[in-house]
Amino acid sequence: MTVEAPTGPAALGQSRRGRWGAGSIAPVVVILVLLLVAVGIRQPDFYDPPALLAFLKRAAPLIILAAGQYFVIVAGDFDLSVGSLVTAEVVIAARLIDGDPGATWPVVALVLGFGLLVGLVNGLVTTLLLVPSFITTLGMYLILVGAVYTWTGGSPRGALSEEFRMLGRRGIEGVPWLGEIPYAVLILLVLAGLAILAMRSDFGKVLLAVGDNPRAARLAGGRVAGVRTIAFVVSGGCAAVAAILLGGFGGVSFQVGAGLEFTAITAVVLGGVVLGGGRGSVVGAMLGALTLQTLLTLLNLLGVAGALASAVQGLIILAAVAIGGLRART
Amino acid sequence: MRKKTGTALAIFAAGTALILAGCSSDVPATNPSASASADAGAGTGETSEFFVQADYDNEIALRTTSATGPSDKPWEQALNPQNADTAKYKKAGPYNLCFSNAGVGNPWRQVGFKNMQAEVKLHPEIKSFQVADAESKDDKQISDITDLLGKGCDALIVSPNTTATLTPAVEQACAKVPVIVFDRGVNTKCPVTFINPIGGYAFGAAGAEFLIEKVKPGGNVLALRILPGVDVLEARWGAAKVAFDKSQLKVVGVEFTDGDAAKTKTIVNNYIQRFGNIDGIWMDAGATSVAAAEAFEDLGKPFPAIVGEDQQDFLRMWQDKKLTAVAPTYPTYQWRTPVIAALKILKGEQVPSPWKLPQPTITDANLSQYVDPSMPPLHYAMCGCSDLPGYPGDWGGK
Repeated sequence: MTVEAPTGPAALGQSRRGRWGAGSIAPVVVILVLLLVAVGIRQPDFYDPPALLAFLKRAAPLIILAAGQYFVIVAGDFDLSVGSLVTAEVVIAARLIDGDPGATWPVVALVLGFGLLVGLVNGLVTTLLLVPSFITTLGMYLILVGAVYTWTGGSPRGALSEEFRMLGRRGIEGVPWLGEIPYAVLILLVLAGLAILAMRSDFGKVLLAVGDNPRAARLAGGRVAGVRTIAFVVSGGCAAVAAILLGGFGGVSFQVGAGLEFTAITAVVLGGVVLGGGRGSVVGAMLGALTLQTLLTLLNLLGVAGALASAVQGLIILAAVAIGGLRART
Repeated sequence: MRKKTGTALAIFAAGTALILAGCSSDVPATNPSASASADAGAGTGETSEFFVQADYDNEIALRTTSATGPSDKPWEQALNPQNADTAKYKKAGPYNLCFSNAGVGNPWRQVGFKNMQAEVKLHPEIKSFQVADAESKDDKQISDITDLLGKGCDALIVSPNTTATLTPAVEQACAKVPVIVFDRGVNTKCPVTFINPIGGYAFGAAGAEFLIEKVKPGGNVLALRILPGVDVLEARWGAAKVAFDKSQLKVVGVEFTDGDAAKTKTIVNNYIQRFGNIDGIWMDAGATSVAAAEAFEDLGKPFPAIVGEDQQDFLRMWQDKKLTAVAPTYPTYQWRTPVIAALKILKGEQVPSPWKLPQPTITDANLSQYVDPSMPPLHYAMCGCSDLPGYPGDWGGK
């Protein structure tokens, strides 16, 4: 690679911009530790292994969505379609399975395929037709909302099988000391490992370079359109996995994906990833999601009404982007 | 220096969030040491501006009123009927009926609309039934009503999307044809009749009274609401609050779920962890009651006393897991009544105005009558639809 990208080192928080510079994960780690301490003071048995694993199980879908969103954002794009994609996937799965256990695995495959396909369409429209990703994915969001509404007549039909729900709801039981290891946590660990590997590969380096300076990346021989498209495909696939976990956890609902695109973007930004691309690590994005989930848990423990939680989320976006801007200028 | 400023800001922002959170935690609901008290407002917050004492008193009285009409057809029954004379609307059939529907955007409205379409099929004197779906938009419903009036309707049925905004459109329609309004009301007396079940106060009180009976004094109750500011949902909570304030129960939280199952489960999970256990769950609508009960199951806790609604998924779980549960209903059979009313009006027969329908509650005693494994999970059991043409296939059943 001839592209000089602020990549690997930045991911480790040791770039020339410094440990605290734009894109580093140090701030989110500090915030996360503070929040975890606060939760621990308020709720000491939060740190019992089973309770902690249950918390991770609930956080897993958001962390996976944030990882997917990271790939898109770090290349300088947005994916606003993931929330409606999650809803669409859960509604489609319920309608196709309709309570029949035998249909579970074919439908899981179909859900994953549909997620990848939606990502591919987002990517191709953005890179080949040169539509800004903000508009492409906003359009996809509206298409999915409208299509699902038309197909279902406004409310989900059918039911998910227990086998389908198992992935988001159950785990390997009877593990000594830990209790139950949720499947969602195992899936999260595998995907997180894959995401970190992907960012360390050539693909990851080109992706960061594209986000940092697309023209330079193209001149340096990077397959700009290719990696940007793959980023959307990854995001679509992550949304599909998140849908399987969320549908399993909560069951069929029309609200399951509502607002998730913004929650995922908040998480990514909180993780130190710079909107506009080029800086930040996937570990930071996933830690951002974990931090956000911890914050929401803490707010609940403190008895803060749910409505205020979205205000806090808004504050985080504004603060993180503003601070990111300040840090970028240093 | 600038780098440090950034970090300091980040920590400051996080700190501010914590401080904000700390301040708002001063509400009584979050104080675990608060004694179980019968004080007004203990744990249940302020009385909402939506609460109307006269309406509350009226609905509570109607709960014990016996209905007139055939007892096996509650959609034809009426509570305290005051009959309206309709001789001036009498005309010869066949009839063109028109229906302006607020939307079919939730399972309750879908089941209801199926009921109405099937009811129309029962009456050969209805020549045509024209429907406009407003897709939950006020402006579309206003133009829908105008459009329908130009299509030769003999009578117009309206299920308003919102009360105040649709009132002028309904008044305009009243000048041309007899109008029947049902479900949500309008702020005008011009429709020939207004049809709905007893209402939100009766619904909310039924669930709260069940918890007061089943949960031991001092027990923790969590109230789950969909969202604030919707009159019928505010009425349900308003009545529950009155009951809880008079009781020995401790309402440890009142939370909004947005009707989202995953969010509901997370909230319930957090409350169980925070308080050790929750003894009762009150809900203003049943859509997420299964998710709330599953939260207990997943943590290995015993099920609480729980309030649901008449959806099949909840009724099935209630029966399978032997829940301590109750299901107040807002019956979808009310969608049959407007068609019956329209035909009575066009034939010059008297109709009750307003037409208050009975609003039954499903309990352990009559649960088995309503559970039906062949119907889809989101089907509303109190539909009065099993004798209708096309049942159960048209409702998604097998």
